[in-house]
Amino acid sequence: MSLSLALWAVLGALASGLLGLAADRFPAPAKAAVFALLGLSGLGAVLGGGDALLRGLTTAQTFPLGLPWLHWHLCLDPLSGFFLIVIGIATVAVSVYGPGYVREYEHGRQSTVPLYLFTGIFVSGMQLVVLAADAFSFMVAWELMSLSSYFLVAYQHQHAANRRAAFLYLLMAEVGGLAILLAFGVLAAFGGGFSFAAMRAAALGPGWASVAFVFALFGFGMKAGLVPLHAWLPEAHPVAPSHVSALMSGVMLKVALYGLIRFTFDLLGGPHWDWGLVLLLAGSASALLGVLYALMQHDLKRLLAYHSVENVGIICMGLGLAMIFAGTGHPRLAVLGLIAALYHTLNHSLFKGLLFLGAGAVLQRSHEGDLERMGGLIGRMPVTALFFLIGCISISALPPFNGFVSEWLTFQAALQAPALHSGVLRALIPVTAAALALTGALAAACFVKVFGVAFLGRARSRHVRHAREVDLGMRAGQGLLAALCLVFGVLPTYTVQALEPIAHQLLGRGLPSASAQGWLWLTPVSPQTASYAAPLVLAGMVLFGGVMFALLNARRRTRRVRRTIPWACGFGPLDARMQYTSTAFTHPIRRIFRPVWEIHEEVETGGDRGLRPAALRHRLHVEDRSWRVLYEPVGRWVAVAARQVGRIQTGSVRTYLAYSFLTLVVLLWLIT
Amino acid sequence: MADHLTSWVLALVQTALFVAGAPLLAGWLKRVKCRLQNRRGPRLTQPYRDLLRLFRKELLLPEGSSWVFRAAPYVIFGAIVLAAAVVPLIALRLPTSAIADVIVLVGFFALARFFLALAGMDVGTAFGGMGASREMTVASLAEPALLMAVFTLAMSAGTTDLSVAIQRILSSGLVIRPSFVFALLGLLLVAVAETGRIPVDNPATHLELTMIHEAMVLEYSGRHLALMEWAAQIKFMIYAALIANIFLPWGIAVGFGFGALALGAAAVAVKLALLAALLAVSETLLAKMRLFAAPQFLGFAYLLCLLGMLSHVILEVGG
Amino acid sequence: MNALQGLDLTRQLILLLAALVLFSSFAMLAQSRLVGLVRVFAWQGVLLAVTTGLVAYASGHTHLYASAVLTFFLKGLLIPWILHRMVLRLGLESARESDAYRTPVQLAGAGLVVFSYYVALPVVQLSALFTRNTIAVSLAVVLLGMLLMISRHKAVSQVVGFMSIENGLFFAAVVATYGMPMVVELGVAFDVLVAAILFGVVFLQIRASIDTLDVDRLNRLSESEP
Repeated sequence: MSLSLALWAVLGALASGLLGLAADRFPAPAKAAVFALLGLSGLGAVLGGGDALLRGLTTAQTFPLGLPWLHWHLCLDPLSGFFLIVIGIATVAVSVYGPGYVREYEHGRQSTVPLYLFTGIFVSGMQLVVLAADAFSFMVAWELMSLSSYFLVAYQHQHAANRRAAFLYLLMAEVGGLAILLAFGVLAAFGGGFSFAAMRAAALGPGWASVAFVFALFGFGMKAGLVPLHAWLPEAHPVAPSHVSALMSGVMLKVALYGLIRFTFDLLGGPHWDWGLVLLLAGSASALLGVLYALMQHDLKRLLAYHSVENVGIICMGLGLAMIFAGTGHPRLAVLGLIAALYHTLNHSLFKGLLFLGAGAVLQRSHEGDLERMGGLIGRMPVTALFFLIGCISISALPPFNGFVSEWLTFQAALQAPALHSGVLRALIPVTAAALALTGALAAACFVKVFGVAFLGRARSRHVRHAREVDLGMRAGQGLLAALCLVFGVLPTYTVQALEPIAHQLLGRGLPSASAQGWLWLTPVSPQTASYAAPLVLAGMVLFGGVMFALLNARRRTRRVRRTIPWACGFGPLDARMQYTSTAFTHPIRRIFRPVWEIHEEVETGGDRGLRPAALRHRLHVEDRSWRVLYEPVGRWVAVAARQVGRIQTGSVRTYLAYSFLTLVVLLWLIT
Repeated sequence: MADHLTSWVLALVQTALFVAGAPLLAGWLKRVKCRLQNRRGPRLTQPYRDLLRLFRKELLLPEGSSWVFRAAPYVIFGAIVLAAAVVPLIALRLPTSAIADVIVLVGFFALARFFLALAGMDVGTAFGGMGASREMTVASLAEPALLMAVFTLAMSAGTTDLSVAIQRILSSGLVIRPSFVFALLGLLLVAVAETGRIPVDNPATHLELTMIHEAMVLEYSGRHLALMEWAAQIKFMIYAALIANIFLPWGIAVGFGFGALALGAAAVAVKLALLAALLAVSETLLAKMRLFAAPQFLGFAYLLCLLGMLSHVILEVGG
Repeated sequence: MNALQGLDLTRQLILLLAALVLFSSFAMLAQSRLVGLVRVFAWQGVLLAVTTGLVAYASGHTHLYASAVLTFFLKGLLIPWILHRMVLRLGLESARESDAYRTPVQLAGAGLVVFSYYVALPVVQLSALFTRNTIAVSLAVVLLGMLLMISRHKAVSQVVGFMSIENGLFFAAVVATYGMPMVVELGVAFDVLVAAILFGVVFLQIRASIDTLDVDRLNRLSESEP
């Protein structure tokens, strides 16, 4: 039942893409149908996934598609159900938001056909990835997802930078795909088959299991944007149309994490603790570097993309903790880590989707993507601003919104380190927790910057000054996600309970202690160890703040307020250029963490008048170090290797014939 | 049931004491500091008078500010009072302390700071942005150090619930823990930075180049300013109560008897008074640092907390 | 709550002092002024002496009292005094090391502490003494001393680093086996003293011949570069 619903969702998304082919001839009806079908597909995914997750059911089916000896195995279990929900929610939000947003592209020079077509294929590909139950269909769905998203990244291909980003994305996606294929290959060789059931039965020694894990970590980590494999992500995600960026950053990264979870927890069997340590360290590095790089960005969408690197890091920290605890015989704590990671996965898809949709709204109305030219948008776009603020609070992990709950659970998992036998792990895990704390604090600084510079203060450019609020659909799409951010923040006990079937499936036990004290109290380990009553926190804040407000604003006399001119040190009227810019805001942080970035800074003073120069020119360029350290050497190495290989390319037909002939002879000799 | 009710009432009373006592602590601090500097100093009740005066004054809003500016004082006040509700001041085992553990407490502070910084940026002046930028920078270094100290405590007490942790520390008697010594020192430094005291920030200055907290609230007036000031005083008292009750928990009421509660109140009053006097001495002796010396100050705090954690793992638990 | 409660107050104090010795090593890494560095080094010597005295009291090994007194006078007073005088004579009162890599160095130091804990674990499990957990600390002090020598440019800092390595070794001897035989200890103490004096002489020579105490300049003496 739930599987067929999920399949209808896949078909719905596919059909939405195909209907998009008619967009050139019948623009209006095609658009309506495309987004309606996409929304229905998302709804189907949520319902089908929800059914599988909440009832803890596993349904499998085989389809006579694909290779003659390997039919497509599809399976819907709680884990895939959960990820279907994640995909579905974002799809629904995007389908409500989309019609308003694509209006900008309808009157452009470009056809909207590829946008509709590849969005549909992209969504159905993601849904199919989580449903696939053999390596072949998994890879087909995976490539469907990767390739269709390549076309979406390349959609606005007029700019050379976009084409370059798209190519980089394709390259990295394919290298990652290769690694995933190799990982499956190792398992298939031992399991004697490409279906997941056969792989689960494979008996691997620790050596080969580690090889498979390393391949999987590389492949899925590349897609998920783990440092140092993240460089494509901030290039590619921002270039796509914003609602697609929301899907890519909010959902596609999660599909990669799904692959990692499926591979390590399910297919490989019991995870080893040292893999967990690797993942934990990679996760903390991603979290910290992701947020530090994000801080230095002033392009809104690029900044958000770097924050995806950060959040993937946080999720991987939870997963790493789960693996460490599972590998050392603490299944209860492993469940805590896993649930923290899954919870954060859900949360990130919500708030990152929300923030990208908000960025899209700003982009559509002001045609500005650069923070340095925004400002004061809260007056022009009040609803978008409110939703964006909710997204900012959630991603900065502040109570009582959802981002806080999952980070809190991750902290709680990390604080259970004293249960471990190994002293080094006991010492290392709290240090990574401190790195997570630093990440959270820096993220808050970053989003104060984003919201403060973009929405508060005064407008810094003409477009922004005349921006208007977006239409109802776009507001509704953001509103849906914003409301869910609050719901999942305030009702963590229900969420944790709903996630338990996955823990049962992967680790063989749940986390009954988390909700043992009733729905109000979230007590992950025991009520003596830690508790968090999110509904009461919300109620308390509303109560204390509200009572004060009521008391102070009760009398009519006090309600009247006078507006005055802010203090500007007597320099005459304030203007927008007196405000702190995004670059100025992060200057102290740039100074403190200087070695992290590659900073090129030039200051030129002109019109020499001693201490008071007439002109000042400041150029600042902050680069990602991973380029210089990792990618450029690899690129050079590949170029050298290609030149070596190029020697056999003589250009003469006879030589190529000789190659073919020799190959044939060798093959004939080999098979006899 | 009656017992249940009593404990909730007690929790509310304790919160009220927190809120009402915070200006007194600020007045005491100011007075001690004045005496140390050979000045007479204002009366102990002066902060109450200041608050009252501000509440009565007319409210002025800067041009171009949005609802964020008007909502921020209430959000900040709400978050800080809620934080005060979960910190054990006089008695342990109150039901409010289970609402949030110490990590959530740090989250409340972060929420308040988030809105404070946004309010600073809402005005659209250079001061607001400057204050917000500096505040977030200092906080992003102080918060991990704070959490590191908290983790050390949590690991040796086996809980992040403040009430339970204090109870366990209390029941284990006088034990010298190296980790606690480091955590205490680290926490003191963090508290100084987070509450905007000398040498990180100077609460008494309006000098453009040096201020952090004052720069953000520069445009506030009337009841908004009163709420902001009050919230800052409560936050200061929360830090003081945390340090006093975690590291010197003796005297805090474990049961809800009248005698125990009275003793608890007296003990905490003495502890807070001593702590504030200590701060007054250090503020008299030290000068404010440059802003860019603050990272080193906080880096040192972070190092102390890290060493506390490591010495817990190495020396106290061992192989 | 943990094993600490089983120990009496003296032993708890010893652990605290061990932690403080470790802290003083970090404080040396953080000090950029030479005078401050020497002062911290003196404090480390004093802490070491007090720890030795307490170990003597707790374990009843009377010869440790003697080495405590010796440590106090030698490492807490005499050597710091010599070093301090040297700094003054060389006119380095206000000299600072550059703080370019201070934070990474300190983080590396924290990493070294974890590493030495990892290395010392097997040894710790063999020992039955109550001080066994401090073996990791003493190893860390040795490694941090080396880190100090590596990360500094001024020759005086390197001497302090060297002396602090010796402090770590001495500390290890005290906590792991309740001290070395008296003869050995006296010999080592004398060696260190002679080393301090010799270093002083060498400094004056170096400065007289190449006019700086920056050890990075010593590679000018190499013949490969003109």
